[in-house]
Amino acid sequence: MALTRNADAVAPVRSSGPISIWMARHASTSLASLGRLFRHPLSSMMIVLVIAVTLALPAAINLVVKNARSISGGWDNALDFSVFLKQELTESEAEALGRLMEQRADVDSVTFISASQALGEFKEQSGFGAALDQLPDNPLPHTLVVRPGAGNTAASMALLHEELENLPETEYVQVDTEWVQRFHAILDIVRQAILIGAALLSIAIIVIIGNTIRLDIENRRDEIEVTKLIGASNAFVRRPFLWTGFWYGLFGGLMALALVYYGLFLLQGPVARLAGLYQSNISIAAMSLAEAAAIVGLGVFLGLFASWFTAARHMRRIEPR
Amino acid sequence: MILLENVTKRFPGGQEALSGLSLTVDKGEMMFVTGHSGAGKSTLLRLIALIERPSSGQVIVDGQNTRRVKRRRIPKYRRQIGMVFQDHKLLYDRPVFDNVALPLIIAGVGHRDAGRRVRAALDQVSLLHKEKQNPETLSAGEQQRVGIARAIVTRPKLLIADEPTGNLDPDLSLEVMRIFRRFNEVGVTLLIASHDIALIDKLGCRRIALEDGRLQEGGETDEWH
Repeated sequence: MALTRNADAVAPVRSSGPISIWMARHASTSLASLGRLFRHPLSSMMIVLVIAVTLALPAAINLVVKNARSISGGWDNALDFSVFLKQELTESEAEALGRLMEQRADVDSVTFISASQALGEFKEQSGFGAALDQLPDNPLPHTLVVRPGAGNTAASMALLHEELENLPETEYVQVDTEWVQRFHAILDIVRQAILIGAALLSIAIIVIIGNTIRLDIENRRDEIEVTKLIGASNAFVRRPFLWTGFWYGLFGGLMALALVYYGLFLLQGPVARLAGLYQSNISIAAMSLAEAAAIVGLGVFLGLFASWFTAARHMRRIEPR
Repeated sequence: MILLENVTKRFPGGQEALSGLSLTVDKGEMMFVTGHSGAGKSTLLRLIALIERPSSGQVIVDGQNTRRVKRRRIPKYRRQIGMVFQDHKLLYDRPVFDNVALPLIIAGVGHRDAGRRVRAALDQVSLLHKEKQNPETLSAGEQQRVGIARAIVTRPKLLIADEPTGNLDPDLSLEVMRIFRRFNEVGVTLLIASHDIALIDKLGCRRIALEDGRLQEGGETDEWH
């Protein structure tokens, strides 16, 4: 259909490949959406900050749990064995056995607790003092608390455990791992709580971004109507809003990383001081690359999901009148 | 090009905008629809643009029965029709060039191609020198010409216009009509709603008159009389 004196206009519709057009379109839409955010820097910044804080919170708690776990993991190798000796052993025999054990290369120290000492402690702590006085003789055995050397591996610990158990004088060996196990159980609960909290906060982010996009759609209602009137599909009018959600999520995720790293930076000094006091070499483990990527990825995913969900709901309603 | 068969459009209140209207617009024709406001002119154009659907009857545009155009396909359907509005419906957050380029961007025309075609369209409405301006800075007549450039930039076979000169003084109105006339001369079919009978008679095109959603008796004039 020739419309004009201009030769250009008579040329047949020539379009580049569909994929390159699709990409070019997305590139220009994404930049336009980005430009729109920068045109209202303050309000955009507020939303990004809210998303960042919401993402940083579970990430930071997760990091604390991870560090607590790695520190307490170090404690596993410094467990004490309580060796309860047979009743017939005398106090001096038991003490001699303790001194003998202390000679071992894989043992750091041995503390002797006599049966009468143990009974005294038990009387004090249990509150059964008067009742225990009625006992004809002391039911408690002598005990040796064996602290293994620092150089032990898990295998040599197991060997030590076995050897202590096989001594003819030994009645029973107890490993004091219970409190570590309890501590790990608590950490597991905290970790679960973080997951639940993160899920709730994700919903909050979806609501925040969704609401922002909804306002944006309302503000651009006329534009959407006009573009639909001249043949734009729902996908076309939705695209800039998806990009807006994407940018919010991306910047929110990056900002969350920045917040977490800033927090780590602030903690570095106090932790070093604490480590100095304990003459230990504990230091804070930072986030792994995968964890950092997961935070940013979650931000982007939530941004896209929220904007897609909101735009799909509202775009349908806006039809030319 | 356009065929209406016994078309009725009833609104939820029970009020009828069109009652059993039948009419034909031939390929390459330039036809006017006149009538008072509320006579059904706009509804007629809205049915053709698929902004509304008829309550009963058939609307066939370029061989397609609009009844069979699914909701999902409406955007594609609209892209083959150029539309001009009384209030221009331009986007005031971007320059003239971008406004005219919008239908090409929607249609996925490549960047370089789009630029050439936008300039060609602006040239036809003599606004090539204002491509960088914001539509807000233009006069009403110029804004309407931008709207026309946007409607023809995809080179549609059919152009519909709802009161395109409604806000313009007689001189500007005549100029806009002359532009339409030029498109018609190169084969575009035009259906224009207007109440400016004096102006229409000056152009000497066929016109029909609507009254209460029906064709007015004797309101039809022959072409080139």
